[in-house]
Amino acid sequence: MAEPSLAQQSFLEQRKRRLRAITLARIFIFLLFLLVWEMSARLHLIDAFIFSSPSRVYKMFVSMVSDRSIFMHMGTTLTETLLSFFLVFLFSVLSAVLLWLFHSLSRILEPYLVVLNSLPKSALAPLLIVWLGANMKTIIVAGMSVAVFGSILTIYTGFSEVDPEKVKLIYTLGGNKKDVLWKVVLPGSVPIFVNTMKVNIGLCLVGVVIGEFIGSRQGLGYLIIYGSQVFQLDMVLMSIVILCIMAMILYQGINLVEKYCLKRF
Amino acid sequence: MNPLLELSHVSYSYHEVNGETLALSDISFTLKNGSFLAIVGPSGCGKSTLLSLICGLLEPEEGSIAFRGKPLREAGASIGYMLQKDHLFEWRTVYSNVTLGLEIQKKLTPKHLSSVDAMLETYGLSSFKNARPSQLSGGMRQRAALIRTLALEPDLLLLDEPFSALDYQTRLSVCDDIAAIIKKEEKTAILVTHDLSEAISMADQVLVLSKRPGRVQKLVPVTFAMEERTPMRARNAPEFKDYFNLIWKELNISG
Repeated sequence: MAEPSLAQQSFLEQRKRRLRAITLARIFIFLLFLLVWEMSARLHLIDAFIFSSPSRVYKMFVSMVSDRSIFMHMGTTLTETLLSFFLVFLFSVLSAVLLWLFHSLSRILEPYLVVLNSLPKSALAPLLIVWLGANMKTIIVAGMSVAVFGSILTIYTGFSEVDPEKVKLIYTLGGNKKDVLWKVVLPGSVPIFVNTMKVNIGLCLVGVVIGEFIGSRQGLGYLIIYGSQVFQLDMVLMSIVILCIMAMILYQGINLVEKYCLKRF
Repeated sequence: MNPLLELSHVSYSYHEVNGETLALSDISFTLKNGSFLAIVGPSGCGKSTLLSLICGLLEPEEGSIAFRGKPLREAGASIGYMLQKDHLFEWRTVYSNVTLGLEIQKKLTPKHLSSVDAMLETYGLSSFKNARPSQLSGGMRQRAALIRTLALEPDLLLLDEPFSALDYQTRLSVCDDIAAIIKKEEKTAILVTHDLSEAISMADQVLVLSKRPGRVQKLVPVTFAMEERTPMRARNAPEFKDYFNLIWKELNISG
């Protein structure tokens, strides 16, 4: 390949500098935040007992790592989130397929789905605890309840927006509704599946934490509630930080899935 | 012998909440095996509806369609339909796109596949078998779509403005390509188009439909005094202009 021209080189150089500056600015804001927080606590500008501080959060983390308890809590929340995420996906694709296959069914159920979708799902959590008991099953159902209705609606809408000409093509080739589903609707909806997954992973985490607030003896949501009740704000803030990191990693995981799918679909 | 296709007094209307629309009224014509019919008419005259009726996606409300003398439903005719856009699926390779029809009809047999291979070879697509449709040019996509249709060995080929999505230059050459393929595979074809030149250059009969509700305005046989007729040569023939004017006049009477 030929050497790029000088103008091109300087353009690339400039772009690289710009990107580096953005990354640096991001890191700077983060460090500044930690510094201001820590200093305000040390200088008694804020009450460290209530607002904690980076070093206290870190100490709490180290002590919970050394007695291994933190791994159990993280593991619980992660397992519950992933399980509810996969169940939501499975359940909403199956439901959307049923609604697509039976058009009248979707017309009949539409208002119910809309109501269930706009209902604040946290309102259901106390009911779920009473009905299903304070166990992992309940937390998983709570996680699902937040994401599942929106997910069904999004996927079903995606199914019904498939190009009618593509559907016609399958019929002209002698296919039936089953062929339309397998050859056009499902493979054509992969981008919608990925987008729904991106939204769902965060929603499931929200639902699981809400579930843990009220009906659990383990998990990060439990730690937050327990910590706030015994005024261990270090524990509360540590759990929130871990939740942030967990959410970020899960989201990146879906991004990897998306990259793979974009290559194929 | 019975003609390949015979429409007698076919009518069709669309029903909607706001009322019904008569799309086609009293359409009758016959089509011989091996002929090429072009259907032209003002937009909204029911050209595409007519094709949907012929391939059995819609049922005529009145009248009947016979295939080799039998009612269309019972004739078991294999009718290929080429839509306006190629609709090649991006999630499939070119090869699995052109074999889609065979896959649906569970005919992925060595015999059918080898005929697909032969067509890909003949029409310059064999090196793109494993490519994605997005890697093909507009003309190649159209050829792939035609091979997908021909793979099912249709007795009758329906073309619904298959060139309308292409730019003018590509359109002329794809027109030549497709006409050559249809001639070589000895297919009977019906082409729907709003482009008069395209109709005259490709077809040996042109059916002019009136504006909605579509009725048969005139059936014009098109012959050229030349050997080895191709659409491109036909466009340059002296008779071309006369046919053009004749059909143009018919269209304007109707409109």
